[in-house]
Amino acid sequence: METHIDQIKAEAVDELKAADDIEQIKSLSVKYLGRKGLVTLFLRNISQLPPDQRPAAGKQANIVKKALESAFETALAEISARKTDTGSDALDVSLPGRPACQGTLHPITHITRQICAIFGRMGFDIAEGPEIETDYYNFEALNIPKNHPARDMQDTFYVSDNIVLRTHTSPIQVHVMEQNAPPIRIVAPGKVYRCDSDLTHTPMFHQVEGLLVDEKVSFGDLKGVLQAFVHEIFDEQISLRFRPSFFPFTEPSAEVDILCVMCRGKGCKVCSNTGWLEVLGCGMVHPAVFENVGYDTSRFQGFAFGMGVERLAMLKYGINDLRMFFESDYRFLRQF
Amino acid sequence: MKISLNWLKQYIPFDMPAAELADRLTMAGLEVEIVTERFEYLDTVVVGKITDIRSHPDADKLRVCTVDVGGKTLAIVCGAPNAAPGMKTPCALPGTVLPGGLAIKKSTIRGETSSGMLCSEAELELGPDRSGLKVLDNELAEGTPLNQALAISDTVFEIGLTPNRPDCLSFIGIAREIAPMVGRIGRPVTLPAITLTESSDRIENFTSVAIDAPDLCPRYAARLVTDITVAPSPFWLQDRLLSIGLKPVNNIVDITNFVMLETGQPLHAFDFDVLAENRIVVRTAKDGEPFKTLDGKERILTDDTLMICDGEKPVAVAGVMGGLNSEIENTTTRVLIESAYFNPISIRKTAKRLALNTDASHRFERGVDPEGTITALNRAAWLMAEISGGKLARGIIDEYPVPSSVSPISLSTAKTNAYLGTALSREEMAEYLASVEFKVETVDPDTLSVLRPTFRVDVSRPEDLMEEVARLWGYNNIKTTFPKISGVTNLPSQSVKLKEKIKDLMTGYGFSESISYSFMAKDACDRLNLAETDHRRNILDILNPISEELAVMRTTLIPGLLEAMRKNLSHQIKTLRLFELGKIFISNGQDRQPTETEMLAGLWTGDRQEITWHDKPETCDFFDLKGVVEDLFHHFDLSNAVFSKIDPLMCPFTRPGRTARILINDEAIGIIGEVAPDILATFNLRQPAFIFEINATRLMPLIPDTKTFTPIPKFPFTDRDITLIVDNHIQAGDILDNVRLFKENLMEDIRVLDVYSGEPIPAGKKSISLRVVYRSFMETLSDQQVNGVHQQLTNRIIEEFNATLPA
Repeated sequence: METHIDQIKAEAVDELKAADDIEQIKSLSVKYLGRKGLVTLFLRNISQLPPDQRPAAGKQANIVKKALESAFETALAEISARKTDTGSDALDVSLPGRPACQGTLHPITHITRQICAIFGRMGFDIAEGPEIETDYYNFEALNIPKNHPARDMQDTFYVSDNIVLRTHTSPIQVHVMEQNAPPIRIVAPGKVYRCDSDLTHTPMFHQVEGLLVDEKVSFGDLKGVLQAFVHEIFDEQISLRFRPSFFPFTEPSAEVDILCVMCRGKGCKVCSNTGWLEVLGCGMVHPAVFENVGYDTSRFQGFAFGMGVERLAMLKYGINDLRMFFESDYRFLRQF
Repeated sequence: MKISLNWLKQYIPFDMPAAELADRLTMAGLEVEIVTERFEYLDTVVVGKITDIRSHPDADKLRVCTVDVGGKTLAIVCGAPNAAPGMKTPCALPGTVLPGGLAIKKSTIRGETSSGMLCSEAELELGPDRSGLKVLDNELAEGTPLNQALAISDTVFEIGLTPNRPDCLSFIGIAREIAPMVGRIGRPVTLPAITLTESSDRIENFTSVAIDAPDLCPRYAARLVTDITVAPSPFWLQDRLLSIGLKPVNNIVDITNFVMLETGQPLHAFDFDVLAENRIVVRTAKDGEPFKTLDGKERILTDDTLMICDGEKPVAVAGVMGGLNSEIENTTTRVLIESAYFNPISIRKTAKRLALNTDASHRFERGVDPEGTITALNRAAWLMAEISGGKLARGIIDEYPVPSSVSPISLSTAKTNAYLGTALSREEMAEYLASVEFKVETVDPDTLSVLRPTFRVDVSRPEDLMEEVARLWGYNNIKTTFPKISGVTNLPSQSVKLKEKIKDLMTGYGFSESISYSFMAKDACDRLNLAETDHRRNILDILNPISEELAVMRTTLIPGLLEAMRKNLSHQIKTLRLFELGKIFISNGQDRQPTETEMLAGLWTGDRQEITWHDKPETCDFFDLKGVVEDLFHHFDLSNAVFSKIDPLMCPFTRPGRTARILINDEAIGIIGEVAPDILATFNLRQPAFIFEINATRLMPLIPDTKTFTPIPKFPFTDRDITLIVDNHIQAGDILDNVRLFKENLMEDIRVLDVYSGEPIPAGKKSISLRVVYRSFMETLSDQQVNGVHQQLTNRIIEEFNATLPA
């Protein structure tokens, strides 16, 4: 008898597996569990078994009955769910989702982070300094004496005779060297200010300054570090050109041109058809600067460099209007 | 500095193409910024042949010419007396802009159409003759552009000179730089020949020079030219000046300008007969003395202004600008030529103070060659004799009380190579230096002794010579190497890291970063209704601001955000989440550096969520923004943050009932609130906005720099809700704080579920529903345990806040 009920169960399970619509499942349910169903009949016929077999057979038949009930129910739910999802209750999955709302970092923050990260990998720490400086730190310590024509290179905002809005991030060099002995390796990002406002100038902008001081540092090393930087922030096809220039706090001084990242040297509007873009100023630290911070010039040399962050951001993102950076236009900010 | 290549070739012959020369100069540190073709305007001036002439029906002096310009004929009205049929002459086609600025276009002259202009040589800047049309060779083909037909061209460079190279503010200076590029190493540039013919009258018999301020005027030289005739310069001289865009004046003035451009030495010409006592005194001005300069403006002098005076009065601001009282007039017959060396700092101070940047002051303040005065003086004297028919008094007055000197600089070959990363020999270095006129001697196998030329005032240290070597060898020939970098690194400071972390968190909350100017309008504090005693009124003024709106340093980030909101609303962007992390500047007096404080501010206006089809739009409120600030604190494990009521005077730009002061460990670090309606109106904003501003400089040190793990509980929690009816003035925060103070071990958390007032709650009261979560780390709590603790806690609140339970 026990084999018989288990046989009924096995047949039922097989048939259920093969069933693939609601009607089939319902008729199977009638076939096994209905009033005249096989399991029902089996239960009804238990009274005809020998008395000692009845309890075990009854128990087993009830287990099978419950298992089958549950299996039919599950099968029905599954198949009807499948049916609904392809029917009129299905979602229009093309409708937009509930928006998540990540904000955006300012492009200047993005580029500053990239610059600092690249130099960070070369072992440069990040240094910061005040945005409003004394004349000494902004000029004199950097070998730009009062009444020197080099002061005309930067239009300075004055707070008083002695207090200025820093015109470059270079004063941070001096602070760092005053407080630390060589070796020094820093990059110093920050806001700088110049009294100039037109299509290509804003009264505030951002620079990153770099400084390396050690024994046995050469102009060739400066070239190497800047080449590694340019290759990483743009790509390895972007060549560099070092051009003699003048900054009072470096000697020799150089302007660094890079191959135009827009036209790759063919000549375009961005590079004024020269094929080159001026992106960096640099040089070997002038001995007068070392003397001002009390470094032994016979033992230490170093190089410094500086770059405009807006300039790089404009090239990286193809931004064509400098003033966009500071207008807080959501349509601009949300793009980065 | 503008350089005409045709003119430049007078001093250094070369046939290098202009583009290559421009590149070589740029790579030598003289950046060629603009290259132009001077005669570009002749592209549309073509050879024309007059085929027919008829008289103008309505004007006696005009005629109408039919001109063949190659392939087509034009009718051109012309007044020139020499116009004749068969003649070939330049014809400027419509679209041409002549050197004087005249734009040629098709026009009607007294009823007759004229489709161009027939030109004289003066009109084309090709010669002095303005009496009639320029007659062209008959061989020239009609229609050929004139620059081609006559083979005229001149390239003009505009060179951006760095302030260390005043020696290149002259044609001869640029020629010296070109010499090594065109292989003229060791051979000087061709200096103009000067053959002076002097009269027998010695200059000392006419005049004298006294220098009362030798520190400011180390050298003053003069020559006297008599019997001159002031007249327009000959064409060649005018042409030189015109080629670099200078307007000719008269022969005397033109010669002083020409020689300055040629040699770099500024000169001045005085009308000798107006000099009182016919003598020169170089002295400083009297304080407050008025003086009228050549440009007709009256200047008030100070006692450190160096003046050129005659026996009685000032006649020029030394090295900057001459006086109106000694200007060369058409009637001038005797001229005193000044060639001097002035102290650069003195000239710079004066030029800055008078806001006069002249060609002379530009050169003097950068430093002219103190040994170049006599050459330039003789050159100008000779030209005046040649051109204006003058006679030279015999001799020169050369007062030189403080002679300049040049000391040799010792240069180590090994150090130079180590510094640059080169491997040049001593001989190579010596050769490079000599190629730009340094005098070089070998001291020992490593060392050179180098004497700079007197015009190279920028060179004083071995490093200056190293730069010369590097520049001439070529920066781009220096091998690219990489420095040896030691393993020592310091990680970025906590504040650098935290600032970046704050920015990242804010973007996570949906806020976009804004960077606005560190300036604000002078009346920004008034616009925010700040109290007279508010510390943000300690404002640092900028002496030379860009505009009224950017006149002072900001003392709060709020105006920047409100201004950003206004601009965005005008672009129809009505939902904004913005933040800024930047410095404010609190003045400690104009003569001291201000206190710079890093602030974090945020603004939320418009919708809570982007409008979509999912939900009905809801506007954001105070608690949306507060949630952001709370989560920021939560992230930084700042569990002691308290938002409390604030005295409206402390935050007058937000609504009094909708503003909280933010305290951490009882230290006030910021505010949060809804912008007050009057401030919205001031900033022209027409919708509610919520803002916060936090002192990040004070916040950051409070942030623990390590995180500590709290073990995850093993046993389940049990919660209990209570609803209390309390007086309206009781703040939910007070109840929470009180419960927390109780420090019940089994209580894990307490939070507000609901706040309600209105029926059936009696007037003046409100109901607050709280959920308290209990948990033990040791066991699963039984109902009995929880009920006991919860009853105690409920009783305590009821007692403390005079609360009742709902009926």
